[in-house]
Amino acid sequence: MEAQNAAFLPFSLVEKGIFYLKGKVELSFIEGLKCRECGREYPIEPIHVCEFCFGPLEVVYNYDEIAATVSREHIENGPASIWRYAELLPVSQDAPRVALGVGFSPLVKADNLGRKLGLNNLYVKNDTQNPTFSFKDRVVSVALTRAREFGFDVAACASTGNLANSVAAHAAKAGMKAYVFIPADLEQGKVLTTAVYGPNLVSVDGNYDEVNRLCAEIASEYNWAFVNVNIRPYYAEGSKTIAYETAEQLGGRAPEHVVVPIASGSLLTKVKKGFDEMARIGLIDEVVTKISGAQADGCAPVATAFKAGVDVIKPIKPKTIAKSLAIGNPADGYYALNAVNGTGGSIESSSDEEIVAAMRLLAETEGIFTETAGGVTVAALKKLAETGKIGPNEVTVAYITGLGLKTLEALVGKVGPTAEIGTKIGDFQHAFDL
Amino acid sequence: MEVRVRIPSPLRNLTGNEGEVTASGSNVRELISDLESKYPGMQERLCDETGEVRRFVNVFVGEEDIRFLGGLDTPLDAGIEVSIIPAMAGGS
Repeated sequence: MEAQNAAFLPFSLVEKGIFYLKGKVELSFIEGLKCRECGREYPIEPIHVCEFCFGPLEVVYNYDEIAATVSREHIENGPASIWRYAELLPVSQDAPRVALGVGFSPLVKADNLGRKLGLNNLYVKNDTQNPTFSFKDRVVSVALTRAREFGFDVAACASTGNLANSVAAHAAKAGMKAYVFIPADLEQGKVLTTAVYGPNLVSVDGNYDEVNRLCAEIASEYNWAFVNVNIRPYYAEGSKTIAYETAEQLGGRAPEHVVVPIASGSLLTKVKKGFDEMARIGLIDEVVTKISGAQADGCAPVATAFKAGVDVIKPIKPKTIAKSLAIGNPADGYYALNAVNGTGGSIESSSDEEIVAAMRLLAETEGIFTETAGGVTVAALKKLAETGKIGPNEVTVAYITGLGLKTLEALVGKVGPTAEIGTKIGDFQHAFDL
Repeated sequence: MEVRVRIPSPLRNLTGNEGEVTASGSNVRELISDLESKYPGMQERLCDETGEVRRFVNVFVGEEDIRFLGGLDTPLDAGIEVSIIPAMAGGS
C-alpha cells in the first residue's frame, strides 16, 4: 500500500508501529483506509468515500502491532479519558491531542431501573458526563486531533445539536475557526450551548438531511475539516472508546446484550467494532454480545427494515421529538442492520409519548437525566425486556448518550411542581394531606 | 432537456475537475446515459450492475432525493438542477 513503506525504517521502529506516510514518519498503528463496499484501498488522507463506488472508507489497523504493544496494565496506567486507548485510535501517537477530558464516563449498575424492567444485571453507560454532555465529544476529540495533523485550520460540521456543541467547544480549545450548520428548528438549549463557544453558527432553513446535503456541497468547495464529511473515517472511530470502556469497567469482558440508539447507525457499528477489537488484541474473550438498536417511531428507517426482514433501507422524512436521532437517510444504516442481525439483537422503535415516559423512568429510578435520544434507548430497553428479547440475567448495557438539559422542550407540560401553595405551613399540610 | 448537474469531489477526476457540468435527458436515467457519453466511467460509478443507483449515492432533482420521487424515471424540467451527493454520516 502507498501509505505504508516501512521497509525504509529500522526494524525496531516498525515493531513499534512506525509507518512512513506521504513523506513524513508517523508513529501510528494505522495502515490506510479501505472501502467497506468494494475493498479498494486508499492512503491516510482527508477523504471519506470510495472514488469508485461511493462506499464509506474505514481505517485499517495493524492489530498484531497493537496487540504487541497494548496490555490491560498499559491501558490502566493511561489517562482517565478516551486517550488511554490511543493505540486503537486513528491518530499519530505523538500528535498533540485536542482534548477536553473526554470519556471514561460512569458505568452505573442500574438496580432500580432493572427491578422495574425485570433485569437483574442492568448497567447504564452514562455518557451525559462528557465536556459538552454527550458522546459526541469522543468522536470530535479524535476528529480534530487528526484534522490538526492534516494541517486544517477550520473545523466544520452539520449537526442536530450534540455534534454542534462538541465541535464548537473543541475548535475553541484547539484555536481553530469553526463553521457549524444546524437545522433552524433545533432546540433552543442546543443553539445557545453551541453559540457560547463562538463558532460561525449557521441556522439552515431545512431538516437535518437537507443541512447535511448542503454541507456535502460546501465540503467540496472549501478545504475545511468537516468532521462528519471528509474527516468521517477518523471521527467515527472515536465511538469505539465507549465499548472499550464498557469492557474495562465490567472487569475485562464484553456485556451479553447492549442497547444503542441509531441515528446514522455509526455508533452502533462502532460499539460492535470496539468489542471485537478488544477480543482481537487479546484483552477480552471472544465476543458474544447481542447488539440491539433503538429508534423513534417518527424516524425509524432501520427499525422498519429490521422488522420487515429486508436489507433495503428506505429513506424517510423524520418527524420526532428525538431530533438528535432524526436522520431519515442513515449513512451507516446497512451496517447497523447487519450488526444487529449478525449478533442476534433486535431493533425497537417508540412513540414520542413513550420516549418522554422513558426519560422520566430513567430519571426517577437512577437519577440520570437524559435527552430525548436516551429516552428512545430506555423505551427500547423496556420493550426488549418485556418481550423477553433480553433475558432477566443477561449482563445488559444501555447507552445513554446525551444530557436532558439539551431537550427541555420535551418535558414542558409533562413535569412540574407537585403542589403550588401559599406561605403558611397549613397550606403545605393541606396540599399533602399531612 | 439540458440541465445543470453538480458533481461531488470523488467524481471530479472524470469531469476534468469541474464541479458543475451540463447534460441532457428527459429523466434521470437518460441524464446518466448522457453523462456517461460525455464523461466515460460515470455510469459505472453511479449505478450498480443491475442498473440501479448505488446505495451510497444520492441523486437530488431540485431539492428532492429521487428516492422520494420516481427514482431513475424522475422527469427533468427545464432549469432544474441535479446534484449528486455521497451518503452522509451522522451528526446527531
